[in-house]
Amino acid sequence: MEGLSLTTIGLGLIIIGAGYGIGRIAQSAMEAMGRQPEISSKIQTAMIIAAALIEGAALFAIVVALMKG
Amino acid sequence: MRHIKQVILVLVVLFSTQLIYGADAHKDDASEEFDPMEMIMHHIADTHEWHVISYTNGEGHKVNITLPLPIILIYQGQFNVFMSSAFDHGHKVVKKGDVYYKLYHEKIYVTDADGTIHYDDHHNVKNAKPWDFSITRNVGSMFLSVLLLLWLFISAARKYGSTPSTPKGLQSFLEPLILFVRDDIAVAQIGKEKAGRFMPFLMTVFFFIWINNLIGLIPFFPGGSNLTGNISVTMLLAMITFLITNFSGTKSYWGHIFWMPGVPVPIRILLSFIEFIGLFTKPFALMIRLMANITAGHIIILSLFSLIFVMKSVAIAPVSILMGLMMFMLELLVAVLQAYIFTLLSALFIGMAVHEEEH
Repeated sequence: MEGLSLTTIGLGLIIIGAGYGIGRIAQSAMEAMGRQPEISSKIQTAMIIAAALIEGAALFAIVVALMKG
Repeated sequence: MRHIKQVILVLVVLFSTQLIYGADAHKDDASEEFDPMEMIMHHIADTHEWHVISYTNGEGHKVNITLPLPIILIYQGQFNVFMSSAFDHGHKVVKKGDVYYKLYHEKIYVTDADGTIHYDDHHNVKNAKPWDFSITRNVGSMFLSVLLLLWLFISAARKYGSTPSTPKGLQSFLEPLILFVRDDIAVAQIGKEKAGRFMPFLMTVFFFIWINNLIGLIPFFPGGSNLTGNISVTMLLAMITFLITNFSGTKSYWGHIFWMPGVPVPIRILLSFIEFIGLFTKPFALMIRLMANITAGHIIILSLFSLIFVMKSVAIAPVSILMGLMMFMLELLVAVLQAYIFTLLSALFIGMAVHEEEH
């Protein structure tokens, strides 16, 4: 509890970025599923892969932030 | 749906036991100032003894019941095996041959007869470390999960006789899962002809990660270890994916990495650098993702339960239990989701590597 450090702010920024990205993926995937429900399983797989890639980038940033912080 | 009430009741009872155990472990720490960070980090880290239960006896003393685990050390050609109870929770120095070992913050160091620990300027321990091959709590938990998996799958496999019959019992639970891994992960990503070769690996990874995630969520003795949240475990899993991917790479896969067809030469050189780094970042992301997700789940659940002891109030307990229960439910989902994502991405990388040129 040593107050607000730059690491904390950085972690917050990471979460904003990753959250926005994954949110956009989910939004687009759901719209696509709504339009074409018959291929929703394929869309779902693609959605999870894309979300996992963004998550990976976010986790890199988190690891770096925690190591530097 | 008829049994939904019983199921919910069982889950509430099961998951609130974590709270009771937590309360036991920290009852008399309240006077000393309970440190949630220390408790959580102690839980997340690997240990050389397996904590079963702690309670305060009639005379007000705290009793810790722990299962000692074998310590296996190699130091300067000297091979030592003994039980971790010899360390007496880090209070005693163990003498083997002419070497003294001391357990200090769950790491074993070589010390002198008094167990002195030397520090450098940055407060890092300077003492020599033996090679530690001990059966720690995580290793014990892994053996447990391996036995469980062997029992599950061998007993299910035995029922597949020469005559096809309707799946019964365990079979009917495992068969859809196996088919899911085969059809929705392996065949979908790798392709029908080549998927069979990689099925044993993908199946093993999926069920190993899933069952260990679930064992990590069991709040009492044989469970609760943070195995899939341990970076060495996830590193090894990711490394196996890395090796399989690259050893099964086709000519066109390596061609696309080092000499991307269809682009100008300067960009080919630039791309080959990026693609080469990409070879390593893919398994690295696999490693970090699994570790971070599982560790974060454990930290959140333990933080919620620590809330009671930080606030020092019984009134916060219902809130804590409800939120903890919700987190446990979420973690049940995360357990299978992370196993799925790890397997799916492994299959995806393998699929990219074995892909044959068609155009």
